[in-house]
Amino acid sequence: MNAPLVASAPQAKDFKSDYKPVWCPGCGDYSVLAAITKALASLELRPENVAVVSGIGCSSRIPAYTTCYGFHGVHGRALPAATGLKAARPDLTVLVASGDGDGYSIGGNHFLHACRRNVDLTYIVMDNHVYGMTKGQPSPTTEPDWSSKLAPGGTGLREFHPLVIALASGANFIARAFSGDPNGCATLIAQAVRHPGFSFIEVLSPCVTFRPEQRGWKNAVHPAPVAPTDDPGRAARRLMTDDGFNIGVLYQGNRAPFRAEKARAMAGVAELAAGFALQETP
Amino acid sequence: MSLDDAYAEFMQRAYAMELEATERYAQFAEQLDTHNNREVAKLFRKLSEVEALHARRILDEMGWASVPALPPAFAWDGEEGPETAPFDALHYLMQPWHALEIALRCEQQAQKFFEDIAAGSAPQGVKAAAAEMAGEEREHVRLIREWMQKVPRPAAGWDEDPDPPHVSE
Repeated sequence: MNAPLVASAPQAKDFKSDYKPVWCPGCGDYSVLAAITKALASLELRPENVAVVSGIGCSSRIPAYTTCYGFHGVHGRALPAATGLKAARPDLTVLVASGDGDGYSIGGNHFLHACRRNVDLTYIVMDNHVYGMTKGQPSPTTEPDWSSKLAPGGTGLREFHPLVIALASGANFIARAFSGDPNGCATLIAQAVRHPGFSFIEVLSPCVTFRPEQRGWKNAVHPAPVAPTDDPGRAARRLMTDDGFNIGVLYQGNRAPFRAEKARAMAGVAELAAGFALQETP
Repeated sequence: MSLDDAYAEFMQRAYAMELEATERYAQFAEQLDTHNNREVAKLFRKLSEVEALHARRILDEMGWASVPALPPAFAWDGEEGPETAPFDALHYLMQPWHALEIALRCEQQAQKFFEDIAAGSAPQGVKAAAAEMAGEEREHVRLIREWMQKVPRPAAGWDEDPDPPHVSE
């Protein structure tokens, strides 16, 4: 019996480092890590051609768990670092990993401007509606009535709606994935990487320690009932009435991504350095 | 599609199913090692080795020298393979009985997967192979049930930790 063989196609394990994750057993982030490695393998990329940039938080540990180039940066500042990297090395595939605290609170302003700049990045936010690493404080996406020892009775604050914000700010690809479906999540990540410009994937990734009730998300998620649209108006209406559990590509725009080649041609390193040279005084 | 092609595709899927289960149990073992639950980690590692043997046997049976490519439209009916335990099935205080409970569910799902193919409209050769594999999975279900008799059933409150990792006062 002759079956087709895969000779040297990259495998997901080629993208996994020897460092063992220290997330809580059952954490959704394990699954997102598996999805990222599967997606990179399916795209037939090589680890040395990929960079994973992150900020701070449970999800931001991901770069160390891959064999790609990695940058575990400053809280909320993953996107500026990634933008600079992509501008300087447009040949690299750049993924950015974040969480709802890192990405939407401390890094909220950078999120808006990264969408607006539309640099060719893939932004993967593992959203569990809580600050897990710092022991369970409410995050921007926490429900207003979620009561905990740190926020008795809940915050009473309306949740941040990252997908709507991304659309309004100019992101070119918007999707929602669920960590409980690592194969589906991998497919969405691969689509996002292929799509030019700033691609944003919100991954619902349960925190089994501080939000054990999120294990129930597996019963709440469902495929988005409509095909992706490139019409921002239609996407806005869909997202504004979204139940938070639609899984799939929700917007696929066609705005040309920002490319830094032109700027680089005009200003080489020597030219830039000259601009900072101290003037000699007579 | 010829019978040979249909049979090869069926075996590719069976192989993928075993491989996915192998990897998941190995991931579980790593997670519990990290959290110093060595007893359950060892059990998951054992389960991973068993699934790897099953995968290896398919390769040998088919004479495949390496990992077969999956059919282009390959996808499971569910989110993952029928023998793959869900990522969120773990708890850091879980006991061997819980691990076996997870394995039991996976074997039962695998048994049903093959039984459905055996009862479906696939070519006769595929149906016969599926029936044989369903029989093997049924045997695994029996073995795990026996195994579960030999480990203590967790007492109520097994997941209560007097020194929990998330004191938030």
